[in-house]
Amino acid sequence: MEKKTLVIGVIGADVHAVGNQILYHAFTDAGFNVVNLGVMVSQEEFINAAIETNADAILVSSLYGQGELDCRGLREKCDEAGLTNILLYVGGNIVIGKQPFDEVEKRFKAMGFDRSFPPGTPPEVDIDCLKKDLHIED
Amino acid sequence: MRPVLLIDFGSTYTKVTAVDADEGKLIGTAASYTTVQTDINNGLNDALKKLEKVTGKLEFKERYAASSAAGGLRMLSSGLVPELTSEAAKCASLGAGAKVLKTYAFELNEDDAEEIKRINPDIFLLVGGTDGGNSACIIHNAEVLASIDRDFPIIIAGNRNAVYKCRKILAEKEVHVCENVMPKFGVLNIGPVQKVIREVFLKNIIRAKGITKASELISGIMMPTPSAVMAAIKLLSEGTEKQSGIGELIAVDVGGATTDIYSVSDGMPDDPRTLLKGIPEPHIKRTVEGDIGMRYSIHGIVDSAGIDKIAGMAGLSRERTAELVDMLSKHTDMIPDSEETLALDEALASMAVRIAVTRHAGSIEETYSMLGTTYVQTGKNLKNIRQIVITGGSLIHTEHTREIASYALYDKNNPTSLKPMRANVLVDRKYIIAAMGLLSEHYPEAALTIMKEELINNGFAE
Repeated sequence: MEKKTLVIGVIGADVHAVGNQILYHAFTDAGFNVVNLGVMVSQEEFINAAIETNADAILVSSLYGQGELDCRGLREKCDEAGLTNILLYVGGNIVIGKQPFDEVEKRFKAMGFDRSFPPGTPPEVDIDCLKKDLHIED
Repeated sequence: MRPVLLIDFGSTYTKVTAVDADEGKLIGTAASYTTVQTDINNGLNDALKKLEKVTGKLEFKERYAASSAAGGLRMLSSGLVPELTSEAAKCASLGAGAKVLKTYAFELNEDDAEEIKRINPDIFLLVGGTDGGNSACIIHNAEVLASIDRDFPIIIAGNRNAVYKCRKILAEKEVHVCENVMPKFGVLNIGPVQKVIREVFLKNIIRAKGITKASELISGIMMPTPSAVMAAIKLLSEGTEKQSGIGELIAVDVGGATTDIYSVSDGMPDDPRTLLKGIPEPHIKRTVEGDIGMRYSIHGIVDSAGIDKIAGMAGLSRERTAELVDMLSKHTDMIPDSEETLALDEALASMAVRIAVTRHAGSIEETYSMLGTTYVQTGKNLKNIRQIVITGGSLIHTEHTREIASYALYDKNNPTSLKPMRANVLVDRKYIIAAMGLLSEHYPEAALTIMKEELINNGFAE
């Protein structure tokens, strides 16, 4: 079956590079075609890369607490750019402080993110979700 | 002695350069008006007569030519995302010596189709999508091109998964296929398409532009003049196995209609912790500023620099400056003859250099993250370049070449622009660079020896 393409990166002015590398290797090993934009990635860079590579999903990481601000409007911009219904995931320390994650998830859902992942999520969890959402059979 | 003739059919002048390829010596240069409207040989013969008046009769063993006559190599291209494949297409075309009239992004519409038909380019470069990526856009654009009732050749260098379909759609057209300009996201692959552009140029364009009439006189290597310039500066920078080059450099050519900037450098950040953004930059990069030129595009310089700045530099009043600028834009062949026009031309040339080099160079931005200050670089870092090559009529015929060239340097009022901190200025006083690019195809040692001697002798140390 044809490889699914993922665009990954750390959004905003965030320079946390380690988790990004781990995800890159985990997703590549799991059989995905991964376009890794690295750190300090703007919304436009995510969208441009997804258009050019005909990506199936955009996976946004954020570790520095500003994720909620940085992610605002990404779904709308995707729609505007013709990436209708593209799968959007977000994960990491995506909000400031300790907040109940179900509330955080709800807020990101309202912003158009199909799934949100709390800090410490192992890559296998994302991979299982991707397989389900992209209808990939093992 | 092995006399070799190098010819550059320019848009205005046909320039001839005679060299002794055995000794690596310049014999002489001359120029006459290009006569592409009637018979291109007339201008060439006039130039040769002028040359032989100085050098005496010469029996040339070989003759090579470059051409930018009859509009040069006029190209259009279409890609997908402006900053990605469209930019890669533009970069590839400019690097192949083309005059890029327009670069489209996303799907072409009916108005674009009309415009393409009207422009009727020499070559259309069709790209879009990484390999295995988006194919809808390039296929749509192939359909638009198929509907245009013109015979221009089309080069396909996009998503390889879409090539078969595009070929079928364009079955009635002359189509050339080559590797994707961006096979993977963020990977620039412009070498293959540039090779095809050159082949199409040789096959079709020279014939179409009345240059074949001169071909019985020419042993070979017809290329667009900017390609010859690029070959020359690459050689000058990198050297040969036997001779060292002068290292990383930028070259500046301020013309009447456009300003061309070339850089030979990796352009990587000084500090490895600096983050690099945007598509990778080619080692040899050419940019062309279509709105910056000394005559046809004089208003572009004034618009960009501001009339007060130009007036102040030239020591003229605002009104007088505006008046002279209008006059020069209409009298495009005017050579400055008064104190006023000399001062104005110097101010204009200085600003043209500053604007064009700033656009060519990369920039660095300071950002604050939770982990402290970080730097983000876009484009090429030219700060460490120590050689600036100056060519083009408006710069080599003035006494103030060195002062004008200094406008290519780092500017403390614009500290984020990554321009050279200081540099030697090398001046192409006899206008031989394009000729040396031609010569370098067969006689690189001679070409390098001549360039080093001519440019450095006419230059200024930092």
